[in-house]
Amino acid sequence: MMFMKVLYAFLVGGIICAIGQVLIDKTKLTPARILVLFVTTGAVLGALGIYEKIADFGGAGATIPLTGFGYTLTRGAFRDVDQYGLLGAFTGGVRAAAAGIAAAIFFGYLVSVASKSKAKR
Amino acid sequence: MAGKRLGNQTVRLETPPRIISTASIAGPKEGEGPLGHTFDLVLEDELWGEKTWEKAESKIVRETWSRILEKSGKAPEDINYIIAGDLLNQCIATTFGLRESSAPYLGVYGACSTMCESLSIGAMLVDGGFADNVVCLTSSHFCSAEKQFRFPLELGTQRAPTAQWTVLGCGAVLVSSHGQGPAITHVTTGKIVDKGIKDANNMGGAMAPAAADTIVSHFKDTGFTPDYYDLVLTGDLGIVGKAICDEMVGEQGFNISKKLKDCGLMIYDLNKQDVHAGASGCACSATVFAGHIYKEMLEGRIKKLLLVATGALLNPTSTQQGETIPSIAHAVTIEA
Amino acid sequence: MGKKMVKDFTHKEYRDYVEKKSPKSKVLANTVKAFVVGGLICVAGQLINNFFTSRGMEKDTVSNLTSIIMIFLGALLTGLNIYDNLGKFAGAGSIVPITGFANSIVSPAMEFKSEGYVMGVGAKMFVVAGPVLVYGISASIIVGIIYYLLHY
Repeated sequence: MMFMKVLYAFLVGGIICAIGQVLIDKTKLTPARILVLFVTTGAVLGALGIYEKIADFGGAGATIPLTGFGYTLTRGAFRDVDQYGLLGAFTGGVRAAAAGIAAAIFFGYLVSVASKSKAKR
Repeated sequence: MAGKRLGNQTVRLETPPRIISTASIAGPKEGEGPLGHTFDLVLEDELWGEKTWEKAESKIVRETWSRILEKSGKAPEDINYIIAGDLLNQCIATTFGLRESSAPYLGVYGACSTMCESLSIGAMLVDGGFADNVVCLTSSHFCSAEKQFRFPLELGTQRAPTAQWTVLGCGAVLVSSHGQGPAITHVTTGKIVDKGIKDANNMGGAMAPAAADTIVSHFKDTGFTPDYYDLVLTGDLGIVGKAICDEMVGEQGFNISKKLKDCGLMIYDLNKQDVHAGASGCACSATVFAGHIYKEMLEGRIKKLLLVATGALLNPTSTQQGETIPSIAHAVTIEA
Repeated sequence: MGKKMVKDFTHKEYRDYVEKKSPKSKVLANTVKAFVVGGLICVAGQLINNFFTSRGMEKDTVSNLTSIIMIFLGALLTGLNIYDNLGKFAGAGSIVPITGFANSIVSPAMEFKSEGYVMGVGAKMFVVAGPVLVYGISASIIVGIIYYLLHY
């Protein structure tokens, strides 16, 4: 069971990344635009209830790609709306994604203070 | 029409100034390339003991300036003008590098065409009797250019197959009214040409029409044919741009296929070094000319050269705003 | 009338011509690499997830911890000058996972450290990742409001 979960994570995560690669090579979209597209797509698919099914099947393969970040934001917004009403639309997303955002900022700061850009050859 | 002008874009220099000395400094990757042995100095690392890429580029400029004085035996007071530029905003690599040069300075910007722009102005100043010694110098640095024009170095992106690699280095040329060396006989100044390319990762494609336009104008203005030259050397068109330029000049009645080479395809080994479509940057034509080509001319293997440095006149803001890429190419005839 | 010369091409014609002359991305090979590396990064996430789950932690805690660890790893590999090389090989395979989000935060912060800790590190940290937060959070608010209107 655990093994199958890992396999599904590999397949689903791989496919989502492969879609990203086709977009980069075929459309000349910059990485920043790809990331925006993916997070927004995840949020919308989450709202439509589709991403939940992908996540149930793919586990980390669906939550680790940035589409999963969008899905987390939407899920949080829905949960808080259920609990607090309209205000929840504003508090829920960031609350659900807080760990990721805070970690990115904090570790990002620490690492950039501690390390240096290296030249490419 | 002014007496020295030929046609719309070209001047003939009556007393052709001589290139009496050159100096070049290049980075480690350039040092590993096929022309590595032709540079005066090859750096071991890209920072050269400095704290930032920008400071490193300025140090390269400063040291190239010292070297050309040393090699030619001139004092800073002997130099009537330095004409120089680079790719960084407001040409800071050059101005910071030449802060202590104590010689009259003209800053120029022609993107990667800057070497020929400065040579053109320098040669005309000397021929006009306004100067005896002019140092023309340009630099670029892969890391500072990436930082300003593209992405942070540590960002995990892939370079497009049409992308070109900015040369790390600096080349300087001493143009003089007296002395020995190949002479600059004609100057053809390019027009801005824009054929609508928007992809900043395909600068060769953007610049090729400008190069072709200048080369054709040069032939028309002077009456020369491709046979006149041993070598027509473009600056940094790369694989894509060179092929297009060749075709465009050819269809206008001048077959340069056998004479055409591109500095951007000479400085790196395209099979072994991961540079995709070739090299680019102000230092590309500058170091290739100051190193390899100048030696070939001194030793008589190249007698007549048309040097055509090419520049893409974009900046990060224009790219983000979806503008097309205006391009330019300047040509100088150099005869041994 | 002969063939139209390249110099007389319209912008559109010239763009198509350059496109034809230009080497193409190796889409298939790139996609396979992206698939494999992206898949493996997700496997790493799944293994971390399995580990915490097996220790009896609840689902939200597990996914938060997994995110934090993956982001830490992405940031660390960037600081060690490894992630850019991974990205050169894997393309979207290392851009799309959350480790790539960390890379997009750390890399400009490192690059612009020379401009100081406030306007360099602090401000430039979000030049690539900022839009992700802007569009992600805005999208979640919009769908949250729609959800509220539909259900309450």
